[in-house]
Amino acid sequence: MVLGTIKEKLAKVKNKLGIANLISKGTILSDSFWEELEELLIQGDVGIDYSEDLVREVKDRTKREKIQTQEEVKEILKEVLREKLGRVEGMGKDLLATENKSLVVLVGVNGTGKTTTAAKLARLAKGRGKRPILVAADTFRAAATEQLKTWGERLNIKVIAREPGSDPASVVFDAIKSADAGGGDFLVVDTAGRIHTKKNLMDELGKVIRVAYKETPGWEKNVLLVLDAVTGQNGLLQAKTFGEALDLTGVILTKYDNTAKGGILLAIAEQLNIPIYYVGLGEGSEDLVPFSVDEFINGLLE
Amino acid sequence: MLDTLKKRFEKALGLLKNKGKLTEEDVSEAVREVRRALLEGDVSLKVAKELTQKIKERATQREVLDSITPAQQIQAIVYEELVNLMGGKTSKGIVFAPKPPTVCMMVGLQGAGKTTTCVKIAKKLKGGHKPLVVACDLKRPAAVEQLQILANTAGVGFFGPKAGEGDLKKLIRDAMEYAASRLHDVIILDTAGRLHIDDELMRELVEIKEIASPTEIMLVLDAMTGQEAIRVAEAFHGELALTGLILTKMDGDARGGALLSAKAVADVPVKYIGVGEKLDDIEVFDPEQMAQRILGMGDLKALAEKV
Ligand SMILES: Nc1nc2c(ncn2[C@@H]2O[C@H](COP(=O)(O)OP(=O)(O)OP(=O)(O)O)[C@@H](O)[C@H]2O)c(=O)[nH]1
Ligand SMILES: Nc1nc2c(ncn2[C@@H]2O[C@H](COP(=O)(O)OP(=O)(O)OP(=O)(O)O)[C@@H](O)[C@H]2O)c(=O)[nH]1
Ligand SMILES: [Mg+2]
Ligand SMILES: [Mg+2]
Repeated sequence: MVLGTIKEKLAKVKNKLGIANLISKGTILSDSFWEELEELLIQGDVGIDYSEDLVREVKDRTKREKIQTQEEVKEILKEVLREKLGRVEGMGKDLLATENKSLVVLVGVNGTGKTTTAAKLARLAKGRGKRPILVAADTFRAAATEQLKTWGERLNIKVIAREPGSDPASVVFDAIKSADAGGGDFLVVDTAGRIHTKKNLMDELGKVIRVAYKETPGWEKNVLLVLDAVTGQNGLLQAKTFGEALDLTGVILTKYDNTAKGGILLAIAEQLNIPIYYVGLGEGSEDLVPFSVDEFINGLLE
Repeated sequence: MLDTLKKRFEKALGLLKNKGKLTEEDVSEAVREVRRALLEGDVSLKVAKELTQKIKERATQREVLDSITPAQQIQAIVYEELVNLMGGKTSKGIVFAPKPPTVCMMVGLQGAGKTTTCVKIAKKLKGGHKPLVVACDLKRPAAVEQLQILANTAGVGFFGPKAGEGDLKKLIRDAMEYAASRLHDVIILDTAGRLHIDDELMRELVEIKEIASPTEIMLVLDAMTGQEAIRVAEAFHGELALTGLILTKMDGDARGGALLSAKAVADVPVKYIGVGEKLDDIEVFDPEQMAQRILGMGDLKALAEKV
């Protein structure tokens, strides 16, 4: 992926925020400066607790290192964030860099962008010489299968689907059989949106994934939480609950073309030790880029 | 749902419970906890600040500090301010045009729940009205089919583009004509999701508004929305002059503070809340219930009336 893609794409969007100058050049580290810094983070959905902790940590380091200017403080904050995110293994990892067959299951609450992201990911895979199959395992939502089929037609990618109301596990099973018969090597499974607090729906999803895992020995496997960038503090609960139920291997952040900063990712990455792989930047099938720690941090603070 | 916000308030106000008379510092401390609770509940910073400022001003008045039950009085103040912000008693479903048809337009970010909510409302009205839902999302794959399937399931009228038709303005004019000929008295327009910062698509909504002259323009907001809610509401309200808010996905454990943010900038009634994916999962919004739910204190209403 071309470096700086997120940056270019977002230059227009994030400028509208007008908080680029919030941390002005200056030498005085007054109380109000620290307060502003904390507020900047809160407004980026970092969360009140996490923001307070971060500011405290940066403040301590600033004192220890006898830092004088606001610019330097900003650099320290970036460093602290880089360290935190850097501790999580696999950030921005390229899921396509495998010779094995691959199974990617997209999960998440309603409306976050799973179906669209499935299409985007399959397109990326195709561009890298893989033979993707889109798997319409959302047999519940009205026209979910149609939606994925339309993407399949547009992108000329195979879609495996069944009648609405079918057992989602059986659709996944069909797709694995198709791959085993030589029909493809990169399965992207679109699942129905579900609120993480609904235990029966989470159990159902767990079953689908168990069945799929059993049938795919030796495959590369990923279960990815699709998270909307506009999500606030509930995002952490989503990641926690999906993580407990399903063994998440990563997160995809969608709708990052929004002015929302997606700051809840910090808590998710650090507390749950889950890497972020990709970022969605629009409704088109080409709008998916690898997650970049630096660009994310810059986006949060600029 | 809203459990943690509730606990925070209880903790904050618990600080005051065992005390007799209060000092201003006592109040400040409690109010700080209230602010934290609001922020944790995704209330936008600006709104949380304004709200806590108001609460503090009222709570530090002498009558409150000197009263025998200051803690209760402050609880009542918090409750009242929340109810006030969420719209008093004025929100009871959609308002009908004096002369039919009543046109409702559903707008919001991508994936907020517009399409589902259109049909939920139509289904709710079906008893006494003849609603028609209109597919104005010509952009998202299978958006039209989604609305059509839901409309069929609910047994309400549906109008959508012919295959390949891409002229939105013509579609809406045709829909209005179709509605008139079939005596549909309520027309609900399902628009494509869009970002509030997408100027071009926001202009498209203005054009739809000009053609359809809606009585109701409702912003559909996801209960899981974070700090951005205030800018979302500002932009949609600024462009379109909203007449109502709808909060969806309240069946989860999101605290729904986004609603307070939206209400603070678009002071229009909250019409409905969405509480599930099924077509009957919609409730008329009740601000008092919501405030009591947020604060988790059943007797607060009675208390507020006494104070
Ligand atoms: N702006 C923007 N919109 C997006 C992005 N990804 C998805 N969308 C839009 O978000 C809406 C929801 O996307 P879907 O892919 O249908 O979401 P989903 O998670 O499959 O939804 P359910 O299956 O109903 O749970 C659609 O209107 C998409 O076009 C993105 O990165 N940016
Ligand atoms: N749990 C729950 N899910 C809901 C609710 N309202 C809508 N949904 C789900 O949220 C997802 C998105 O709903 P849609 O009605 O397609 O949203 P939309 O705003 O029309 O989406 P776009 O047209 O893509 O912008 C679907 O999976 C719906 O079933 C609700 O109140 N609770
Ligand atoms: Mg979907
Ligand atoms: Mg829709």
